[in-house]
Amino acid sequence: MPPQESDVGPFVVKDCALVAIATGLTAQNLRELRDHLLAVPLSSVYYHFWGGRLRPVFEDPQYNNDFAIWCHYTVHDDILAERLAVIDPKDFPDSEDLRQEVVDIIDQRIDEIVRPTWVSHDRQFNFIRSQIVVFDARIRIDKPVDLVEAVPNMSLSSIFYHFIDARRRTPGAIDDFRTWLSGFGDAYEATCGALAGVDPYFVTLVELRAQLGELFQLFLGGESA
Amino acid sequence: MTSLLDYAEVAGEDVIHHLHQLARPLTGLKVVHVNSTRVGGGVAELLDRLVPLKQELGIDAQWEVIQGGERFYECTKNFHNGLQGKAAPISESLLKVYEKTNEENAEELKPLLEEADIVFIHDPQPLPLIQWCPNRKGKWVWRCHIDLSHPQRSLWKYLRKYVLNYDATVFSLANFAQRLPQTQYLIPPSIDPLSEKNCDLPEEEIASVRNLFGIDPERPMILQVSRFDRFKDPTGVIRAYRLAKAFVPSLQLVLAGGGATDDPEGDAVLAEVRTEADDDQDIHILLLPPDAHRAVNALQRAATLIVQKSTKEGFGLTVTEGLWKSKPVIGGDTGGIRLQVIPHHTGFLVSTPEGAALRMRYLLRQPDKIEEMGAKAKEFVRHNFLITRHVREYLSLMVALIHGDDERIELEKD
Repeated sequence: MPPQESDVGPFVVKDCALVAIATGLTAQNLRELRDHLLAVPLSSVYYHFWGGRLRPVFEDPQYNNDFAIWCHYTVHDDILAERLAVIDPKDFPDSEDLRQEVVDIIDQRIDEIVRPTWVSHDRQFNFIRSQIVVFDARIRIDKPVDLVEAVPNMSLSSIFYHFIDARRRTPGAIDDFRTWLSGFGDAYEATCGALAGVDPYFVTLVELRAQLGELFQLFLGGESA
Repeated sequence: MTSLLDYAEVAGEDVIHHLHQLARPLTGLKVVHVNSTRVGGGVAELLDRLVPLKQELGIDAQWEVIQGGERFYECTKNFHNGLQGKAAPISESLLKVYEKTNEENAEELKPLLEEADIVFIHDPQPLPLIQWCPNRKGKWVWRCHIDLSHPQRSLWKYLRKYVLNYDATVFSLANFAQRLPQTQYLIPPSIDPLSEKNCDLPEEEIASVRNLFGIDPERPMILQVSRFDRFKDPTGVIRAYRLAKAFVPSLQLVLAGGGATDDPEGDAVLAEVRTEADDDQDIHILLLPPDAHRAVNALQRAATLIVQKSTKEGFGLTVTEGLWKSKPVIGGDTGGIRLQVIPHHTGFLVSTPEGAALRMRYLLRQPDKIEEMGAKAKEFVRHNFLITRHVREYLSLMVALIHGDDERIELEKD
């Protein structure tokens, strides 16, 4: 007999805020970028890949992480920018592996360049790290079908917490929705499969929330409340 | 009195709900902000709104102002210039006045400050207060609103010894951060959408301001609001206007800035601007008093395009204000303007009068584009640069201060 809602417990909706902190480390050329990248805390690597979702930047569909954006707009090295942009942080089990990948790509580019670029002080790359403050949004979702209505009304930072941040704190590096739905046995296997196919890296949080809402509507909307 | 409910109408109810949730663990916390003036200037404007909003969120917030004499303010004005990279030698006797003034203020404020859970000291004026409060119970934070990207090193060395006593610092941009041992939080500035400078205005008021300054409502108008300072490049704006006017002959330019100041350079720059304008009847040079907030608001709303062609800029709140009025901004490619002006979305970044002229022509010929970019600009500010976001970041910062430097802070369920 599959587990019932009462066995699994409600989905506890949480919310979060990112606190940005300057590390004091800055880079004016690729070698400095590489050297400081090795020295900064891993939360800085995470921030420069994902922090853009929760801070004042216009979404840039061409380049999705701060390293690629800096290389394109400031260093004007599009070869490196493209190589960095294609990195999908979801492919790396942890931020340390992700950091090493970025360092390797920069190293390779340093070997190729004959005349390295030096940018002015006011265009330097500023390494920033972050703290995440997580709090209870005081919303409980008792049944999977309730996700259909609840998700479109979640704050964007809740979506970030449950769908993006979840991947660095859950054992299987999956989102919180799948973790919760898996508690009901195989009943929501198709929904979980569809959730696994949602790529949060190339969409805004607004788009991600809409995608998730449509997905839950499609898979769970037919269930009676 | 403006309340959080009023902000919900502008920023969205979810934003206010978020603030309430984040503030819950801070209920009853004694927080004191200290600066050096109750009125005038961006910091006073911010605290005037920030402190009541914190109180409404259940935080026991207070705002204290230190008092000083003429020589104290002479000294701190030189600090301001020196920290922004201008040559400003400060005599030993002025520094003594600065230290003594802080010692005297500490006498009165000490009981309050030593008992507070969190103390925010704004800018350099009250910075040394900390050394006169040895029995402080809470966390002390130095909140620097000044562009510290190129400080005079000798001055920074003098002030840094006080900064080192603090538990944390807050800077507006990453570029302003310094090499310091304590945590350096980053909180960009914001505008208050309900203040006189940014609130909605009736059409009649906008028309009346236009009329007052002789601006033709039937012709396009470009506006730069800023004091007459070389870093704001007002003469470059005039050159850009001239280049654009060759293609858009009906164009008008308004340069609106502060009135007489005690800054001798301001008068010199104003004279240069007048010379460059050369009695062009379509160039309006307006000297406005510091409290002409509604007039500035009306001018921004009356403008077709906003320009902020700075060659050096801290954050550039006039850019934020312009974007909030649904106007694309042609901004200098520098400092905080880069955070706000997103090319082809909220405006254009330029480095020369020629570049500014090109963008003026491009936009003036496409009213639809102005409207489309203006709408994006307003939404961009709504999501990122309103005071509600500023409050949220202060709340997050306070939570982080209380819970330590862990990468992840999970607030307890209650």
